[in-house]
Amino acid sequence: MKERTKLSDAIKNWEDTEVKSTVERFPERQTNFKTVSGLPVKRLYTPYDVADIDYHQKLGFPGVYPFTRGVQPTGYRGRLWTMRQYSGFATASETNRRFRFLLEQGQTGLSVAFDLPTQIGYDSDHELARGEVGKVGVAIDTLEDMELLFNEIPLDKVSTSMTINAPAAVLLAMYIAVGEKQGVSMEKLRGTIQNDLLKEFAARGTYIFPPAPSMRLITDIFRFCSEKMPLFNTISISGYHIREAGSTAIQEVAFTLANGIAYVTAAIKAGLDVDSFASRLSFFFGATSEFFEEIAKFRAARRLWARIMRERFNAKDDRSCMMRFHTQTAGYTLTAQQPDNNIVRVTLQALQAVLGGTQSLHTNSRDEALSLPTEQSVQIALRTQQIIAHETGVTDTLDPIAGSYFVESLTDEIERKSLEYIEKIDQMGGATVAIENGFIQREIHNSAYDYQTSVDMKSRIVVGMNEFVVDEEQQFAYLRVNPLAEQEQIQRLKEIRSHRKNDVVKRALSALRIAAKSDDNLMPLILDAVRVYATLGEICSVLRDVFGEYKAPDIL
Amino acid sequence: MLVAKPGLDGHDRGAKIVARALRDAGMEVIYTGLRQTPEMVVRAALDEGVHCIGLSILSGAHNALFPRIMELLKAEGADDILVVGGGIIPEDDIPDLKEAGISEIFGPGTTLQEIIEYIRSNVKL
Amino acid sequence: MLSVTELVKGVLSGNRRHLARLISLIENEDSQAQEALVKLYKHTGKAHVIGVTGPPGSGKSSLVTKLTAEFRKRSKTIGVLCVDPSSPFTGGALLGDRIRMQEHSLDDNVYVRSMGTRGHLGGLSRAASDAIRVIDAFGKDIIFVETVGTGQSEVEIIEVAHTVIVTDVPGSGDDIQAIKAGIMEIADIFVVNKSDYPGADKKVTEINTMLDLDPRERVWRPPVLLTNSRTGEGIAELADKLMEHFNYLKESGLLEQKGLQRSREELQSIMKYKLTQELSHKLQGKPEYEKAIRMIAERKKDPYTVAEQLIAEFLLSEIR
Repeated sequence: MKERTKLSDAIKNWEDTEVKSTVERFPERQTNFKTVSGLPVKRLYTPYDVADIDYHQKLGFPGVYPFTRGVQPTGYRGRLWTMRQYSGFATASETNRRFRFLLEQGQTGLSVAFDLPTQIGYDSDHELARGEVGKVGVAIDTLEDMELLFNEIPLDKVSTSMTINAPAAVLLAMYIAVGEKQGVSMEKLRGTIQNDLLKEFAARGTYIFPPAPSMRLITDIFRFCSEKMPLFNTISISGYHIREAGSTAIQEVAFTLANGIAYVTAAIKAGLDVDSFASRLSFFFGATSEFFEEIAKFRAARRLWARIMRERFNAKDDRSCMMRFHTQTAGYTLTAQQPDNNIVRVTLQALQAVLGGTQSLHTNSRDEALSLPTEQSVQIALRTQQIIAHETGVTDTLDPIAGSYFVESLTDEIERKSLEYIEKIDQMGGATVAIENGFIQREIHNSAYDYQTSVDMKSRIVVGMNEFVVDEEQQFAYLRVNPLAEQEQIQRLKEIRSHRKNDVVKRALSALRIAAKSDDNLMPLILDAVRVYATLGEICSVLRDVFGEYKAPDIL
Repeated sequence: MLVAKPGLDGHDRGAKIVARALRDAGMEVIYTGLRQTPEMVVRAALDEGVHCIGLSILSGAHNALFPRIMELLKAEGADDILVVGGGIIPEDDIPDLKEAGISEIFGPGTTLQEIIEYIRSNVKL
Repeated sequence: MLSVTELVKGVLSGNRRHLARLISLIENEDSQAQEALVKLYKHTGKAHVIGVTGPPGSGKSSLVTKLTAEFRKRSKTIGVLCVDPSSPFTGGALLGDRIRMQEHSLDDNVYVRSMGTRGHLGGLSRAASDAIRVIDAFGKDIIFVETVGTGQSEVEIIEVAHTVIVTDVPGSGDDIQAIKAGIMEIADIFVVNKSDYPGADKKVTEINTMLDLDPRERVWRPPVLLTNSRTGEGIAELADKLMEHFNYLKESGLLEQKGLQRSREELQSIMKYKLTQELSHKLQGKPEYEKAIRMIAERKKDPYTVAEQLIAEFLLSEIR
């Protein structure tokens, strides 16, 4: 106590003398400093700020509850994070080429981007797919596309993350079927499906079915994988998209964890024991510009989730309390102006993720503000990760920023504020209700609006965009998605439909329809359909019929 | 003013912000929501008697969807409606879009005020 | 530029573009609009106008969407007018009802129009009444009018609607709302939406209790219906009740009575509007007028006498 008093007196003294005289000569750049999420930032952090932190309770050791300092005792000393660049465009063959390029360049895991028709359960020849085929990711209509996608890529040697949500069960089934053809049994398959519908409803917009049947599909997958695919992550509970939609760091943590709570609750309600599936839940966050806040955010999220799993859900297994996450550097911070600046941004953001202990990382390419990355640009993005990994030494010790008065303060603050939101959402009845009544969407929208206003008014500087602007000619060519991809895809689809056994397909789809109306686990039936080359659109069409389609609430 | 999201793109952060800013600037704004086909956009614009349509798209499908919308508007004799766009639209694509009848494309870095002023100066009331 | 004749012809022959155009002209208080309304008036009075009002969040739009679907199944053509509040400061408005009616967006037999209140005190503007008239002339069987549901508009809506639905949601704790003067009088049908929420039955009981306490003798006691505009539960019954009410109005002679009252009120309202406009026009900016106002403020003259003087002068000048 005496020490604290002496210190606080000393701080006050310093402020009243040295600081005061400096400020009188020239004032500080702002009257109040705040992080982009609105947390106040003091001039100086001292032991006084962390005096109440009990090391064992709050920080502890890596690999030990509450995992603030990491989920693995040897961290990057044992194994580096997975370098996993999200990619995909045009047809499966073209994407396969990009996959193999990235693996050759030292990427250590695959991440598949699917086009919008695929994400929304439409075949490439559907009316609504016109103009969209292959544009934001690879077009996958049947198992044949999936086989081409992984051509010469042994599924027992790579882990694959698939950014697929509403039709996740179908793509997972296709992945399993490809493994079968390669002679790899499903219990050996490693990877992740995003499978996070709540954030689709709240922020990303690529949903198909309403919340209840979506939950059913998600829990079917949990159950199937808990029995048959122990190495596969069944969900990537995502905050990245919530952040991209404009939320603050606190909202990113709060809404993501609230969604996580909803999933765990649903799975338990469906009869699963928490420890049977919780260790295979994973998360996905963004790494944006506010350097220390982001590192603190990752640590706060880990601690908060561990607490939730143990205290709220009584998870007995430590592995059920471990938050493993993938990070992507923030897309919305990329500028179209002076694109090379983005390399610098991404470097700093990647560093935050590493210092925050991410398990897996995607770094954006410099040209992604206006298009998908060229080979050259994505190579630089990959090199960014490799330079951090091999040249900086930050990977040689665990949780290096711990103990920073500033970061520990921020970690506590973010945890506290996120918990407030989570409690509020609890009172509403949980994340599903908070999304149905538009609460989460409104909060995100308001933060987004505030951010835009601050950029427009230049109270927030974006270098090259609202300040330090130059007149520039476009420097280099953007990636152009093969304009013939759509036609090629439609043609192949036609051929597959004529060559496959259509009566077998019909039977498989009927069986699926019957099961969808009952309580049966749909995974085995989807697998059956996929193996006989039923298309993604055909399968989703059956499910659309039975489950209906989601209608978003209006929140403006 | 109609603010529309044509195609399957689900990113509505920008569209919602623009809709709100235009409202604050004194305009009457109708936001269509996601997954609008060109036919739906044109139907809404004509039934509501809007003076301006703002199209927001980030999925790269603008080259197919924007001209189709302009085609439908022309067929209805609705050339006097000001049509603007924004989102992820490479500069190279802009000349063709303008030829199809889009008056302006607002790239990343455009301020809300710029959009408001452009519409005010160019709309035919 | 379309001529008034073309516009009128277009509206009467079902030309959607002309309908939309005319409503825009009405909103802008264009003189062409007035002419067109004069020509169209004799073609109005056919549609069943159904007002839908209630607190924000009670699901009015989704209710209207589901009712539209139901009536379409019964081969009726539908018009929908959604009125949303305009900012009294900027004049801007976010007209957010159309977005909830997506499923009808390409049905040629459904016309949806959004409108801001544009500074008109309360919820229902003059332009809205005229727009309803035009949609009526256009030939729609049923016209839904969705209003803001905050006070004044709820009372105004009975001037234009034959049947008024007042919506509410369970657990809204809006006992005050129910007691609020005007609501009990104007509702022909109460709808408790979101019937799957806890407290739905309680809300129905609350409203019925309120109705029991109503001292007035009414032949038509407003039914209190439960609906779920997500699943469609209760919608068919509601549609039936709406038809029932319209038939009741016709058979009891109330329709005719309302029509007379409506015409009376409308005539008075238009006369009042025109007189006020003329008077203001005459007096605006006149130095004697401004002087008189200053003298009133300084207590050298009183407003009652001044008013009588000005009116007398005005009437006299009109006669000459």
